[in-house]
This record gives sequence, structure tokens and C-alpha cells, in this order.
Amino acid sequence: MQKTPRFSLNNLPAIWTDELSAQLSEDESILAWLEIDLDHQLHFATGIVIATDKRVLAKMADDGTWQTWAYQQGLQLTQRDHAGVGCLELFDPHARLAFWRYRLSNVMAANRLIECFSQQLDYHVSGKLPESSQTSAQCPHCGAFLSAEQDECPVCEKQNHIPPSTWVLLRLWRFAKPYKGRLLVGFLLTLCSTAATLVPPYLTMPLMDNVLIPYQNGQPIDTDLVQLYLSGLLGAAILAWMLGWARTYMLALVSERIGADLRTTTYEHLLNLSQEYFGGKRTGDLMARIGAETDRINLFISLHLLDFATDVIMICMTAIILVSINPWLALVTLVPLPIIAWLIHLVRDRLRIGFEKVDRIWAEVNNVLADTIPGIRVVKAFAQEKREAARFHAANQRNLQINDRVNRIWSLFTPTVTLLTEVGLLVVWVFGIWQISQDEITVGVLTAFLAYIGRFYIRLDSMSRIVSITQKAAAGTKRIFDILDHVSSVPESTNPVHLPPIQGQIELRHVGFRYGTRSITHGINLVIQPGEMIGLVGHSGSGKSTLVNLICRFYDITEGAILVDGHDIRTLPLAEYRKHIGLVLQEPFLFFGTIAENIAYGKPDATRAEIVAAARAAHAHEFILRLPHGYDSLVGERGQALSGGERQRISIARALLINPRILILDEATSSVDTTTEKDIQKALDNLVRGRTTIAIAHRLSTLREANRLIVLDRGRIVEIGNHAELMAREGYYHRLYLAQARNVDEEERALISATEHSIAGEHK
Amino acid sequence: MSAAVTYQLTRNSYGRLVLIDQSGVTHEGVIPVRSFPITDPGQGIALIDSHGHELAWIERFDDLPEAYRVLIESELASREFMPEIKRITKVSGFITPSTWHVETDRGTAVLILKGEEDIRRLTASSLMITDNHGIHFLLRDRTALDRHSRKLLDHFL
Repeated sequence: MQKTPRFSLNNLPAIWTDELSAQLSEDESILAWLEIDLDHQLHFATGIVIATDKRVLAKMADDGTWQTWAYQQGLQLTQRDHAGVGCLELFDPHARLAFWRYRLSNVMAANRLIECFSQQLDYHVSGKLPESSQTSAQCPHCGAFLSAEQDECPVCEKQNHIPPSTWVLLRLWRFAKPYKGRLLVGFLLTLCSTAATLVPPYLTMPLMDNVLIPYQNGQPIDTDLVQLYLSGLLGAAILAWMLGWARTYMLALVSERIGADLRTTTYEHLLNLSQEYFGGKRTGDLMARIGAETDRINLFISLHLLDFATDVIMICMTAIILVSINPWLALVTLVPLPIIAWLIHLVRDRLRIGFEKVDRIWAEVNNVLADTIPGIRVVKAFAQEKREAARFHAANQRNLQINDRVNRIWSLFTPTVTLLTEVGLLVVWVFGIWQISQDEITVGVLTAFLAYIGRFYIRLDSMSRIVSITQKAAAGTKRIFDILDHVSSVPESTNPVHLPPIQGQIELRHVGFRYGTRSITHGINLVIQPGEMIGLVGHSGSGKSTLVNLICRFYDITEGAILVDGHDIRTLPLAEYRKHIGLVLQEPFLFFGTIAENIAYGKPDATRAEIVAAARAAHAHEFILRLPHGYDSLVGERGQALSGGERQRISIARALLINPRILILDEATSSVDTTTEKDIQKALDNLVRGRTTIAIAHRLSTLREANRLIVLDRGRIVEIGNHAELMAREGYYHRLYLAQARNVDEEERALISATEHSIAGEHK
Repeated sequence: MSAAVTYQLTRNSYGRLVLIDQSGVTHEGVIPVRSFPITDPGQGIALIDSHGHELAWIERFDDLPEAYRVLIESELASREFMPEIKRITKVSGFITPSTWHVETDRGTAVLILKGEEDIRRLTASSLMITDNHGIHFLLRDRTALDRHSRKLLDHFL
């Protein structure tokens, strides 16, 4: 029973609709609601809080009655959260009236509820009509602003959690598709070569019946006939050899290409994933997936799958031949087949779980290495080599344990198949001898049968191996597709808006960000004008770097919107957007290559003149010329041959070269000493000119040039203004500045006494 | 040693803890925080103010007067949310993301496991499982689970 259109609009959960319709008066309509999934002691329970245009209603599922509060002066509804649990509280001026707890999956609903509540309260108290709803459409779930051409919210889309299908291996078809033609040729070659291998046993039949048996019975050997049969045998063997070669070569060719495609696609996809993904993964594991797993899949396709296909074809052909020779004997011969198939099926599941475990533990062993080797200085400094060795030993030990358990099942498997083979042969012998004694078949037929099923059972044995190999490959495929299925948490917009050359105006609208359950920034509103320089100031952990990461879209905001020149950055193509941003980090990363290549990293087609100009502007030109090979000098993985200041200037040149409209300096000078800082500062002054700049600096003195300073504290903006204004206000910034000035004094005093010390030392 | 408590602790009508320290300063919205919530919940509880500064340090619960202990424990109970998994009834599949139906000490719940890396080993037998919203589920002793749960869990380890 629905009274108002609002009802359906809100998609109220079905269990509440009936109960609620009895509660509401005729002209009352529901504006927002929040499903409660925890009780006061944080046990799982269900309940609901509803805001209508008249009052607030709430009920827990096991409560008897509804609680209601009419809108009145002084009522207040607030929301706070801690460790993944939100708390919605209703106050009047004297006390807390009620509170509800919920998991943060509902946080958007809670915000909407509070918004509606305050609008209605405002209306009831002051009589002022609530503002008509926003000009731009908003997503009903997360409140993100949608552009006109977007129907579905790009933010919510990514939160689907549908597990991929179990038939993972079939998904490899996506990579095999481009090679359809060659695969078909390979398949035909497989058919022919298998058929050719089936000729020799067939020829044993007439050889036995027409040549050998008559000879034993006293007739001379018919040499022409023998020649015919033997040349048939030879011909078939040579044909099988040639076809087998062509088939193996063709399919290996294809599988190698499939493997290569798989690797590149996975790597490309990986590069496009957000920083969030890399934060949560370990390097060793990712490297193992792209390297070893793709290789395993490759081997599987080129070798094992091929063998298996051949075997299946052979079994089918053999079965047809056997039945055509003698149906009864064929029946007896083929009976063990389903038994073995059943056995394979039985062991399959256990083995698959086992092999997945082996893979995971293998990644763990790799992870220990990947953790320790880059941190070797720390390990050595704290003399923890033994502990690290023990950690590796433990991981290896677990690897052994799990392998042992898998091998226990696995080792039982092969002998069982062999036993069944022997038993099967025995049955054929018994039945065959009986049939010969009844004159139903000839000796030749029995020989041919034994020759066929000899091969046949040998293949069954190797086919049983396919179970484990397939499982391994499937596990590997799954791990590859885990990466491929991972939708970037900063999704590329489906209807990207292409920007004209941008002005560089940045607007933050009610920006909030949550990392896991920790709410890091909230309610940030800020407009940065084109060409303006902004300094972000605050204690570490106050959300400065987070804000910069959000503006670069390394992460996506959880609430609100960031607009550049009036466009939501989520609607812009990522690569295009980031081209407008120059980033200089605290720890500049130099890739292995020459200095020129490193400077031109963001613009590979830059001319030498451009590179030199950028280096000059970054005050890097002179020191580069002092290096033995100038711009062609190689720098190592982390640019070890260069000092911190030099590396920093190269990274500034890198940012200058792409000529970005927006510039972000994340603690660009904080890892170098004060003298180097001055050099870098000069370089930065060139960089900043005429660009929208957001600078984070630990040393407040470096931000004197900024047009405005934004002071952040625990994820909120607390003060805005230039240095003089903020000093005059004597607020948060003032305290921060004084504290730092004191530290700098002390630092310098310590530095002086240290140099005096060392000079004294040298004089001794 | 039951150290003398040098502050007063009450709960006001807004449901907030209020602490009045030695010098008579009133701090509203005091929050108790455990230092070792998983490895040693009873040891080291800090009372911090709404700005995150530490006001008092409680070495052990036993050091506190009964009334304060009850107050702090009730506040902790309404803040801490780490359901302990007692049984795994059903999982949607062994490929992540996977939806788990679990019975916890706080009632039955559904959680979505995003990836195997969200299962963290704390000790040899205890696990911490983080769901897609970042809520931590604790599995104190996986060897003590029933056979069915153990079998399901085993697929992910």
C-alpha cells in the first residue's frame, strides 16, 4: 500500500513499508531513511530511522513501538564514526534523546538523513522553505554529482562484488581468439597425426592372421604381402612423425603468443589500477603472478592441453575402431574407462584446493624475499639477519608441509591408475582367450586389441596427470584474472569529457575521504584560482598529502566533488587529466636510464633543446654537465650516484618539461639540507610562475611566497590566509610557526656545535 | 599497586564521558582506547580527549575503582566493534570476492571478502578478516571451529 510517490522513490525496504504506512498520517511523506544494522551493544540487529516532512521516526525490529520526535527548536541530529561503525545521535538542548549504531556501508544514507533533517528543522522552526534540490543531479547512493549524460553513478558502479565464474580456464579464450585460424589448423593436424598413429596396430591384425599364423600352420610366408604391410607400417610412422612435428610447432607458436598477450594485458591493466590497489598488495606476489603464472599457463596450453586433446581424440578413434572390429570385446575393453574417469573426478577437487594452497604459500615465500631484500639496511643495522632467515625458513617449512599433504593424495593417484590398467588388460586377455576358444575371433584380432589398449591405457595414465596440471593452470588463470577483474577504484568515466586547454581553477566541494574505516578528510570546501599558489600547512597526519592525492585522482573521494575548471575530475579521462598536473615528490624516483630520458619521462618526444631548457630552468644544467657523460650519464634504479638535491632538481626539470597548468609540490624540499634547499627553491620559483600551485612543506619558511596558506588539522580546514594575516590572528598557524622557529634555532645550534666538534676532531 | 585515581569520571546527559582532572579542568567527550585490542585487551587503556591528547593512562583495569571500571567498560563496549566469528555457515564461492554468511558473538552477519589478502594471520591459529567496508572480523582460534567451518575456511588459506 503506497500512499505517496515518495515512497517508491525511496525504495524503502519491504519489511518496513507495511508497518510504516500505518504510522504515517495522510499527507506525511518520507524524505530519507537510514537502515540500522547494529544495536546499542553493537550486536547485529535491524532497525530503521526515518525523516518525514513532519517528524523523525525510529524503530528497532524487536522493539514494540515506534519512537517519534516532532521537529522543534533545539533538536540536533549528528553523525560520527569510529573503526567502521557510525553513530547517529539525536540531541535536544538538555540531553541526548536517542542514538543508533550502524555499519559504514550506510554512511551515505546517514548523511542524506541528516541533510533532510536539518532542512526540515529549518523549515519548521523558521518557516523558511527548504531550498529546491540541487541544480545538478546527484547519485542516490553516494551523493556524487552526476553530469547530464551520466545515468549511472561512476562511483557506485565499482562497488559490485560478483565472484567470477568457476570455469576460469575458458576465459582464456579471450586471448586465444585472435589466433582462431591457426588454432583450427593445429586442431586438424592433431586429428590427422593421431589417425596416423592408429594405423600400425591395425596392421598387426592382418599381419598376424594372414602371415604369421598360416606360417605356424605350415604355409610359406607371402613376401609380397609382408612387404605391403611393413611398408604400410613405415609409411604410417613417417606420416605420424611429420604431422606430429607440424602440429606441435604450430600450437607452440600460438600458445607462446597467447602467453605473451596475457602477460602484456595483465601488466597494462595493473598499471591502470589505482594506488589503493598497490598499497594493499605485495610486490613479490604481483611479480610472481605476472611472471610465473603466465608462464605456467603458457606451458599448459602448449604442452599439456595439446597432449590431452590428442588423447581424447585417440580414445574416441580407438573406441570406434575397436567396436567396428568386435563389439563385445570392445565393450569389455572399454569398461574400466568410466571407473578411471570417476576416480579422476573424485581426486580433482582435493587436488585443486591443494594446488591453490601451494601457489599461495609460494607467493608467501616470495613475499618474504621482497620484504627483506629492499630493507636490507634496516635488517643489518638491527642485526636481525637470524630473524629474517627464520622467517624465510618458516615460510619454506609451511611450503613443505602443504606440498607434503598434496603429494600424499597425488602419489596415491598414479599407482592406482596403473593398477587399474593392469587389471583392465587382464580382463581383455581372459575374455579374448575365451572368445578365441569359441572361434569368435582370430588371434590377430586379440593382438590388435592388446596393441590398441596398451597405448590406450598408457594414455589414460598420462591423462590422469592432466587433472593436476589443469587445476594448477586454472589456479594460475584465476590469479591472473583476479588482477584483470579488478576494476580500478578510480574508474575511467564511461562518457569522458575532453577538456580544452585548462585554466587551472580547482574547486573542492564538500570533499571527504575515507581510507578503510578511517575518515581522513571531511567537509573541505576550497576554491583555488588559476595561477594562485596555495600552501598546505599542518601537522603530519592532518590530511595534506591525502588532499593532494585526491586532486591528482590517485584515490577517489568518498564524498563531495573536485572540479577543475568546473568539470568533475571523475568525468575526465585520467591520462588526459594527469597531463595537466606536474608533480614533484619528496623522494624523487629516477628510473634506470640516462638523465635525458629521466627528464623527458613525461614527454618522451621532447627535443634535446627542450630537455636542456628544462634542466636550465630547474638549475640542474650545470651539475649535469659536470657528470662524465653529461645528459647521457646513466642513473641507477634509485639514482644512487646523485645526491638528494640533484635528484630533486632532475624531477623538477621533469615536471617543467610537460609544462603543466597545475603544479603539486609534495614536500619537495624537505629531504635536503638548508643550502641545497635554497638551490631547489630557486628552481621551484621558475616552476611555480604562472601555474596553479599547491605546495606542501614541512618548513613553513618555504611557503612565504604562497598567496594563501590553508591550515589543516585532523582532516579539516581550520585557517585560511597569507602568512602575515595568519600570524596576526595568533591562531593555529601562529603556534605552529613559533614551535618550528624554536626547533630551527635548536637545530642550527646543534649543527654548529657538531661542526665545531668535527673540526676539533680533525685538528687532533 | 592500586594507584590512587587523580581524576573524576562521570557520564553527562549527552551520553558523553566527562573527566575532571587534578587541576579541576573539565574535559568533555573523553574516549577510552585500548592499546593492544587484540593481543592484550586488558592491558594499557588510555583516556584521551576529543582532540586525541592523552589525559590518563590505566595500566590495568584492576587498578580502577569499580564505578569507573564499569563506566569505561560500557563506553568501550559501545565503541569497539570486532565481531568474533564462531561459525562459517556458507560461502558463496571459493573465488574472491566471496560472500560469507557467518555466526559471530554479535549475531549472524554477512560479509564480503574482497580478496585472500584481506585474511591476515595474527598468530598461528588466529586470523583477522577484513570485509569490503573495512570492518575487522576476528577468528580467535581456527582449530576450535567446527568441521564444516574449518573446511570452508581452508579454501582461503
